[in-house]
Amino acid sequence: MTAATTEVVEPSQDTRKAGRFVYVTGVVLLCAWVLVPLYFLLINTLSSPETVNSYPKSFIPEFDLGSLTFFAGFDGILTALKNSVIVAAMTMVMSIVIGAPAGYALSRFEFRGKELFRLLILLTRAFPLPLLALPLAVMFIRTGIDDTVFGLALVHTTLALPFAVLITFSLFSGIPIELEEAAWTLGCNRLTAFQKVILPLVLPGITASAIFAFVISWNEVFAAAVLTIENRTLTAFLLQNLDTSPLHLKFAGGFILVVPALIFIFAVRKYLFAMWGIANR
Amino acid sequence: MNPRLLPYVLILPVTLFLCLFFLYPFVLVAQQAFSNSSGFTMSNFRDVTEHWKFPISLKNTFLLALAVVPIQLALSLLMATMVTKMKKGRDLILYVWTIPLGISDLAAGIIWLAIFEQSGFLNSMMGGLGLIDSPTNFLSYTSPVMVFVAIMLAEIWRATAIMLVILVAGIGLIPKEYYEAGEVFGATPWQRFLKITLPMLRPSLQTALVLRVILAFEVFAVVQALGGTLFPVLMGETYAYQFELLNSGAAAAIALIILAISITFTLIIMRALRVPKGATI
Repeated sequence: MTAATTEVVEPSQDTRKAGRFVYVTGVVLLCAWVLVPLYFLLINTLSSPETVNSYPKSFIPEFDLGSLTFFAGFDGILTALKNSVIVAAMTMVMSIVIGAPAGYALSRFEFRGKELFRLLILLTRAFPLPLLALPLAVMFIRTGIDDTVFGLALVHTTLALPFAVLITFSLFSGIPIELEEAAWTLGCNRLTAFQKVILPLVLPGITASAIFAFVISWNEVFAAAVLTIENRTLTAFLLQNLDTSPLHLKFAGGFILVVPALIFIFAVRKYLFAMWGIANR
Repeated sequence: MNPRLLPYVLILPVTLFLCLFFLYPFVLVAQQAFSNSSGFTMSNFRDVTEHWKFPISLKNTFLLALAVVPIQLALSLLMATMVTKMKKGRDLILYVWTIPLGISDLAAGIIWLAIFEQSGFLNSMMGGLGLIDSPTNFLSYTSPVMVFVAIMLAEIWRATAIMLVILVAGIGLIPKEYYEAGEVFGATPWQRFLKITLPMLRPSLQTALVLRVILAFEVFAVVQALGGTLFPVLMGETYAYQFELLNSGAAAAIALIILAISITFTLIIMRALRVPKGATI
């Protein structure tokens, strides 16, 4: 029995080597699966419009800025880009300002209705939220904020808010309450203790969740396309012109959409797993 | 301030916001779907379901979800287990694998368009290898299978990362002792995966599948970028009713149908993967 178990547990040198080889190849292939399509987009973006529309393609970029200059000069696209940034920034601010207090409340207090509140937050994930843009379009016309970046930012905040609450909840839970209590005994009240002790500790995490909110808004397509007509965001603009716009415009637009996402995911990578770990509960 | 009131003050903004922009729009969308100028009616639903495109887009949406989600589940489980074993370079590999998490569905569609379009990289590659004489147009009505495959690959590429992140966070929560015990009793890696990882991962699998399935029924921009009208899906029909046909009642009716499908699947997944009471880590 013992002999049999050791045999199973310790495979021979050769199988281990073969296993190692399969493992490393698998990892490399999966990395390539993610990176190669991105590289193709990069090639197309850094090629002249003529090259983008020609065949066959070279697999090395020619570092021509023709497509990007065409993109920058295309009528209305810079306004769309500006709108995208404004909506995303508004979403970022609103979701943190509204969401973080609730995250703090969830982590520090036991109160009646806490479970109900958590249910409301979790419920938002069981629904395809962008669809809500349809009824909101009508509501916004009534209130006069239709086709404004602010109206769209409100919808994007609904998308980002559950994440903001859950992330800040996990951040505040990670800080022992004793720290706060120590500050109270030293003459702070709740507010000053929060400002002087808790805030500096959670600031990096809050920044990460703000960035996450930014990305959610930056990437959103459906609600943006439904709610904006004159003040289009970049995603809405690109979607609207998919049938008519030339290939090099699409690829340059796609590239501009991808770049901030790459940087942002890199900036928040440490928090990505903490966020989703807590989002499981 | 009264400490018993403080938590309610802190959660008030989120609650108000979600009531106004999440719960209330549901009432509105139902109202919109069930009414026309003369009051209560089912005619919106009749219009929508009797349209020749409806059965096709319903079938396409389901087919796509059915083809994509199981592959993503398997792939994300594989990637998550690969990462847990990793010692060197874990952070880098995880960053690379989670890049698509930050990428918009529209951008993902554009990225795969660079590969599949007529002068794209797939044609160039096949031409370079001498497999074809002239580039073929993959994304046309004459090759519906290729359109489906392109959309499927783009979806797998884009949305596996979200499941991966949830599963990696979940695996991190499984106590190491279970694996050590398994090893002592002679369980092979495969047995450990089946008897420890999978059952312990149930809450994470639940979250990951619910999120992913809902996203699958929301599929929109990827399809627009790659297939356009060649591959009608439910969300695309909603958009078309709202914008091209200017029939917001019908758009609301489809929105309700998508909602109903999403909720049904959420309940099925929660039921199938429910965690027995008292069995959490």
